[in-house]
Amino acid sequence: MPEIFVARSEDLPEGGRVFVTANGNQIGVVRAKGQLHAYLNICPHQGGPVCEGLMVHRVEEIIAEDKTYQGMRFSEDDLHIVCPWHGWEFNIETGRCAGDGQHGLKRFRTEERADGIYVVV
Amino acid sequence: MLFRSSTPAFDMNIEGFHTGQHLANARKQADMRGLDDVLVVDVDCHHYETDNFAEILEYIEDPSLKQVALNTYAYKGPSAVLYDQPGYQDLGGRVTRYLERKGEKIPEDGRPREVAQTLRWMDALSVDYACLFPTPMLFLGLHPQPEVEVNMARAYNRWITDNILPANKRLRSMLYLPFNDPDATYRMVQEYGKKDGVIGFMVVSTRYKPVYDNAYMKTYALLEEMGLPLSFHASYHWNDQLVSLTNRFITAHAVGFTFFNAVHCANWVVNGLPERFPKLKVIWIESGLAWIPWLMQRLDNDYRMRTSEAPALKRLPSEYMRDMYYTTQPMEMVNNHKALELTFEMINADTQLLYSSDYPHWDMDLPSTIWDLPFLSEQSKRNILGLNAKRIFGLDVSDRFPENHGRAASPLVDTWRQDVVPAE
Ligand code: FES
Repeated sequence: MPEIFVARSEDLPEGGRVFVTANGNQIGVVRAKGQLHAYLNICPHQGGPVCEGLMVHRVEEIIAEDKTYQGMRFSEDDLHIVCPWHGWEFNIETGRCAGDGQHGLKRFRTEERADGIYVVV
Repeated sequence: MLFRSSTPAFDMNIEGFHTGQHLANARKQADMRGLDDVLVVDVDCHHYETDNFAEILEYIEDPSLKQVALNTYAYKGPSAVLYDQPGYQDLGGRVTRYLERKGEKIPEDGRPREVAQTLRWMDALSVDYACLFPTPMLFLGLHPQPEVEVNMARAYNRWITDNILPANKRLRSMLYLPFNDPDATYRMVQEYGKKDGVIGFMVVSTRYKPVYDNAYMKTYALLEEMGLPLSFHASYHWNDQLVSLTNRFITAHAVGFTFFNAVHCANWVVNGLPERFPKLKVIWIESGLAWIPWLMQRLDNDYRMRTSEAPALKRLPSEYMRDMYYTTQPMEMVNNHKALELTFEMINADTQLLYSSDYPHWDMDLPSTIWDLPFLSEQSKRNILGLNAKRIFGLDVSDRFPENHGRAASPLVDTWRQDVVPAE
């Protein structure tokens, strides 16, 4: 499987992102939650540049014991990447659509070695 | 521009926004489908008139209102002159172009910047002709002062016909009607109906004026005589009493954008307006499609029990609705594909449906959403994407009309299955 050089490790810090081109299409590589994630920069909804979107934690509701609504907060665990065209959200670790758990991003394997980060295409 | 995230580690800074780059994937999709060879007419898309607000306010005819509007705008911004409301169309910064497009660099060429900005997205989406509408003015139907709607409509219409429509033949508009004032509405059609680039008139449906009021009959008659379509553009208002029961924008939008159009459409049919104005072309814009079969079934079911309350009708309500026109966006592309196919069948989509993107708004639809529908013939796709609009607006498309059509192998994304299709 061919590999494409992405960046030196220090050039892709937590929260950062780098784009590479493979077979004419862009792949976005991000470092989030201490891991590398590489996805095709095409959203399954209508094809938007999903990897260019905001990374933001999942919003959750606070429901008390007595079933009353107490407000909203950000999840401390689940981080999403949001496609900027219409707002579909995807779990950064699984690439699954947060809204339906069905549709997903196309994921690529990454390698991080002493000389830098590679994506396997 | 800084976009705040849930934690500072994920705050995002975007510089140098360019509409063409934002839509680079759309351009690729269009190429893969050969859409440049297909006539695409976008019947509903928007610009932000507030980008040129000071200039538009200078067009207000009433001197005292103009003086107030200019000074109010200077200290409070456009929202205080129009009728703004709470809302988060941009999903709290998740749909980034709302903020970014304001700072987009457009080379100065003496034309208002939205001419070049609009052509950028049209080229990316492979749209040949676009019917432009304003954005914040879509809330004016609920402004407590009808004279503000009248004056803003007149100022905007004069500004757009002086500055935007003459700038490029690809830009058209159905002009805003100040519907809360029936006489001003009539005058608008008289004065502006024959202006270059004007292809019809538009009523924002979010308002409390019933379409069956006798005061509007002369306007409908005039539009029918001039062969100009009348469209009803949906919007919402979170302060509307019914919509204010909702506590999330998703609900306000899903309900609000369909509700007013459904009510006006039901009134239109039940009062027999299609019998009075059989040649008037009526278009329902931006309510999606799912409400149409719902209303058809409700009205047909009731009509046979309560025929005496709709004595003008000679056919079933749904048959009149099938003679009307509808724009596609926001098309309900959900997990029950059969529902959409049946909807297309029930509304005679082949001849009645008109593609619309609603760009740049958050729920915009690309032409590929129509092109990828597996239950349509290629001819139907061409009808919906452009030929139906060409017919009902009588558009001269000779400068861009396609000669040939082709189709490439990999469409990149299948908007029907909502799946990525990797390129070969
Ligand atoms: S294309 Fe990604 S959300 Fe629509």
